[in-house]
Amino acid sequence: MNVLSDNFAEFREGFLKTVELTAYSGVLALLLGTLIAAFRVSPVPALRAFGTAWVTLLRNTPLVLLFLTVTLGLPALGLKGWDDFWLAVLALGSYTSAFICEAVRSGINTVPVGQAEAARSIGMTFGQTLGQVVLPQAVRTAIPPIGSLMIALAKNTAIASGFNVGELASVQKGLNSDQGYNIYVIFLWIALCYLIITFAISGLFRLLESRLAVVR
Amino acid sequence: MSEAPADSADALVVLDKVNKHFGALHVLQDIDLTIARGEVVVVIGPSGSGKSTLCRTINRLETTDSGTITIDGRPLPQEGRELARLRADVGMVFQSFNLFAHKTVLENVTLGQVKVRKKDRKSAEATARTLLDRVGVGAQAEKYPAQLSGGQQQRVAIARALAMDPKVMLFDEPTSALDPEMINEVLEVMRQLARDGMTMVVVTHEMGFARSAANRVVFMADGRIVEEAAPEQFFSNPRSDRAKDFLSKILHH
Repeated sequence: MNVLSDNFAEFREGFLKTVELTAYSGVLALLLGTLIAAFRVSPVPALRAFGTAWVTLLRNTPLVLLFLTVTLGLPALGLKGWDDFWLAVLALGSYTSAFICEAVRSGINTVPVGQAEAARSIGMTFGQTLGQVVLPQAVRTAIPPIGSLMIALAKNTAIASGFNVGELASVQKGLNSDQGYNIYVIFLWIALCYLIITFAISGLFRLLESRLAVVR
Repeated sequence: MSEAPADSADALVVLDKVNKHFGALHVLQDIDLTIARGEVVVVIGPSGSGKSTLCRTINRLETTDSGTITIDGRPLPQEGRELARLRADVGMVFQSFNLFAHKTVLENVTLGQVKVRKKDRKSAEATARTLLDRVGVGAQAEKYPAQLSGGQQQRVAIARALAMDPKVMLFDEPTSALDPEMINEVLEVMRQLARDGMTMVVVTHEMGFARSAANRVVFMADGRIVEEAAPEQFFSNPRSDRAKDFLSKILHH
């Protein structure tokens, strides 16, 4: 009569789906966020404007609205045939990228201007200056806030349950109604599953932080 | 103001009617300056006179409002790849060293060679080690900048600039952030460079260096070049009142 052992397969499937959703969206958010941060500090005004618009738009849109835009808007625009899972990755990744961008940019701002000047003065291009000198130093300060954003992302994946993705939060839908389980116990197990994921993320980022802490 | 003695064929850096404003402040006013190949020009003057800004405009770390700057016959391009290529030929040494904090001394000196000059790592490291030995910090190659003294860091910075095989070296107050006992080790490296025939523009407060190493002293005040002369003439017999006043303040106490 234990809800977890009776329905272990459903829980495991939901758990793995949430992990997958978090991982893919996280990678997308990191890549996109770093790219947009580069746009926002670039010497090209058009790129800067694009970066600012991206952050303003995505950071100020409720995530549910973004999900609706992606799941309803993209097919309406003719982009049919996308799996619900990948639409969710797109929505979560884009949304989180706006926050990642700002975390990376705050890291960039902590690197003394002289570092970039020195890189430029030996003939490095903007891209080389950013990639070789500024970003590696910016990452150290950006890691803690990025860790928080990844935890937020893991919890935000729950919204995908409302958009046909069979992840952790959706497990309760199939359980609570008919089988007579205590709903609080179901929520407790789901919450514990999320805790496993978020604790793993904070552990990973603590490890990264200590790895990157080099003498200076 | 005397014209530079060099004929134009020998001119490496030419500034023509260069103007720059910081807001309402007119920091560079109609600057004309020609630096010949192999010449060592020391720029001195009171703080706020625009001498650091002048130095930084030569590789366009500071933009100008009007006028032209030419290096080896080519005008400074706009921001972009072409400017990056030109900067590789202009070495720069900063007051605050600006060594790449996340890279070792050796990596600091190889980075530009590999990424900009596209040399292979092995020959870049060989060049770097030779240069580090030449400036006397060969034993520190594997350390990070923060583990070095100021004087050592600045000598690494000079090696980093030299590794690009520059046509001209710019020094922006290279000893101003150093403890007194470390100033000489840096100046000695610079004197050696000057003896080897490097074209140098040096913004400094070290009058001893100006006397011993400069071919020409440029005195700036309030954004203008007030006086240009050979060092012995400038220090013993300055023509302008502004220079006389400046020298009396720094030389007698």
